[in-house]
Amino acid sequence: MTAPLLDVRNLSRDFDVSRPWLNRKLEGLEKVYLKAVQDVSFSVNRGETFALVGESGSGKSTIARLIVGLLTPSAGEIFFDGQSLAQGLSGAEARRLRRRFQMIFQDPLASLNPRWRVTDIIAEPLRVFEGGMPAPARRQRVGELLTLVGMAPEDGVKFPHQFSGGQRQRIAIARALAANPDFIVCDEPTSALDVSVQAQILNLMKKLQQEFGLTYVFISHNLQVVRHMANQIGVLYLGRLVEVGTPARLFEAPRHPYTRMLLDAVPDIEMTGRRRKKVEGEIPSPLSPPSGCPFHPRCPLANDRGRREMPLLLDGVACHAVEEGRTRP
Amino acid sequence: MTEPLLSVRGLTVEFPTRHGILTAVEDISFDIMPGEVLGMVGESGAGKSMTGNAIIGLIEAPGRIARGEVWLNGQRIDSLPPEAMRAIRGRRIGMIFQDPLTSLNPLYRISDQLIETIRTHLPLSQDAARKRAIGLLDDVGIPDAARRIDDYPHQFSGGMRQRVVIALALCAEPDLVIADEPTTALDVSVQAQIIDVMKELCAERGAAILLVTHDMGVIAETADRVAVMYAGRLAEVGPVRDVILAARHPYTAGLMGAIPRLGENLVRLNQIPGAMPRLSAIPPGCPFNPRCPRVMDHCRSHRPALSPIEPARKVACWLYPEVTEA
Ligand SMILES: Nc1ncnc2c1ncn2[C@@H]1O[C@H](COP(=O)(O)OP(=O)(O)O)[C@@H](O)[C@H]1O
Ligand SMILES: Nc1ncnc2c1ncn2[C@@H]1O[C@H](COP(=O)(O)OP(=O)(O)O)[C@@H](O)[C@H]1O
Ligand code: SF4
Ligand SMILES: [Mg+2]
Ligand SMILES: [Mg+2]
Repeated sequence: MTAPLLDVRNLSRDFDVSRPWLNRKLEGLEKVYLKAVQDVSFSVNRGETFALVGESGSGKSTIARLIVGLLTPSAGEIFFDGQSLAQGLSGAEARRLRRRFQMIFQDPLASLNPRWRVTDIIAEPLRVFEGGMPAPARRQRVGELLTLVGMAPEDGVKFPHQFSGGQRQRIAIARALAANPDFIVCDEPTSALDVSVQAQILNLMKKLQQEFGLTYVFISHNLQVVRHMANQIGVLYLGRLVEVGTPARLFEAPRHPYTRMLLDAVPDIEMTGRRRKKVEGEIPSPLSPPSGCPFHPRCPLANDRGRREMPLLLDGVACHAVEEGRTRP
Repeated sequence: MTEPLLSVRGLTVEFPTRHGILTAVEDISFDIMPGEVLGMVGESGAGKSMTGNAIIGLIEAPGRIARGEVWLNGQRIDSLPPEAMRAIRGRRIGMIFQDPLTSLNPLYRISDQLIETIRTHLPLSQDAARKRAIGLLDDVGIPDAARRIDDYPHQFSGGMRQRVVIALALCAEPDLVIADEPTTALDVSVQAQIIDVMKELCAERGAAILLVTHDMGVIAETADRVAVMYAGRLAEVGPVRDVILAARHPYTAGLMGAIPRLGENLVRLNQIPGAMPRLSAIPPGCPFNPRCPRVMDHCRSHRPALSPIEPARKVACWLYPEVTEA
């Protein structure tokens, strides 16, 4: 077995959400930290897709931003191709690694400069990483990239607002591919799109992965989409991984009570008539997370241990009940 | 046979613009029976919200109902003066929108808003209205309703706010609730809760629902029948199970194939090429013809009318010999 391309170890990220210093002094308040990501570990094999799924606020985007270096970890390490990213790489080395990974966001319009023509947007990574490339070669490459994502080279002269949401996401994908990366972090890339357009983009992403051997970290709140895209799935709840597994294992035999609840909540579009268990309660505030297991206030299997002790991710699941072999309340 | 609760006939909504008249909804007809849940599904821009808004008289100028009729319980309501329409909204038709803050004023306590709406429509004292409001909040699953009723909207989570909106929509015992993307802003687990509450409470009270959403899953969970919209027109109407498991219109079939499933792992999703046309560029003939895998010459010049092809199913597609020209 080859080593994983990405290895995330005990990653945590806190956000300081305290009131301003003066207010704190006057009102005698402590600093307040929001633990957005806590002790998350997973690895991603070359050419595969690791999906992170969870409801809003579960820490998905924070993990994405930590991986690509838009945020620094509060604790933990990220290894890319065996090298630690957190340890402040030296100039040339950092540059070489940086060009190997890219990110795609949910809202392509926010990530595409509205005043630039599509050609210039897609060529930007080429200017950064291949400054020596002559202009005609660059134009040629942009044309190839546009064709690759199912658009026409002539589309390059237009501006982002002249395209539909799906086409803009194609442009964002073309830009991500420009510098020949081997790793792309995709944060809800189809969540703003209609289902028929989503299908086009998901098919395109799978095709590109095959063609170029790309490795994806694919983030979505949509379980069906994740099922379709992933080789491995990690389920997040309040900043922690509660279960990790292959789609077959996770969807056919979910073990964590939260995974089961989440799957039960997915609408039954196959009209199998399966009866849903009612979803209990709501996600607590991340500012005052529950003691012990973060899921215990909503968990039908919670016991005293769950109220005191944080379950560890063992054999792909972080749950005392699973650990103790209890499956019924 | 019972009469339909709501009957929409040939509804057409137009927007005059500098470049000519845009038709956002064209010649739409459907019925909703008392207590029935009709899902209206389609991709963004298909005209779903416009249809719902036309029914409740909330088309913003310069948009207007150009043709067609809307009947509620045997009364024609599309031509009512604004005050009469205002009395129908809230009293006979309750409304739930995607963003709870469309319905809730952030500056007022929940109690004020519920009690005011109740007293606008029902002859109740302040105390009786408050009692009724607490009962409703309890019904929609707000814990500790008697205390929480005096909170402000921002003191509730998104899911709890949408529960309050459901209480508000139901507080005058309407016959029909129009819910426009009621769960679209919510997480899947909260969505499941809101669907349950909405379905249960409307069923208990015998209220019909027009459920507008882009999400076929929500329709599958909720609706009795479904109307599929494409480019301002109805493509297919039928019992939800029939449409989902055996779509007749190529657009519906394409849409169903594009949805990833939990139960299977396909290498590729079905792909409908292109995108829904803008209002200014709806092609002649069948509006779906440039994207249709089964298009025939006839489709490019003749517009199919929504026509019955099975006892409970209507389709607008030339593949079916029963279909007539629009
Ligand atoms: N810059 C920030 N400052 C403070 N809190 C943040 C910041 N970014 C994210 N958070 C909080 O961290 C948690 C995780 O957020 P996020 O990673 O965006 O979740 P997701 O992408 O799963 O919806 C949330 O509670 C969010 O409010
Ligand atoms: N004020 C307006 N002027 C012109 N066109 C409009 C206006 N409001 C909406 N539309 C158009 O009407 C069409 C139908 O919109 P809508 O009913 O909101 O779609 P849906 O709810 O199905 O997403 C869209 O193409 C939209 O762009
Ligand atoms: S009428 Fe013709 S183009 Fe339209 S959906 Fe039917 S077969 Fe396709
Ligand atoms: Mg996010
Ligand atoms: Mg709408």
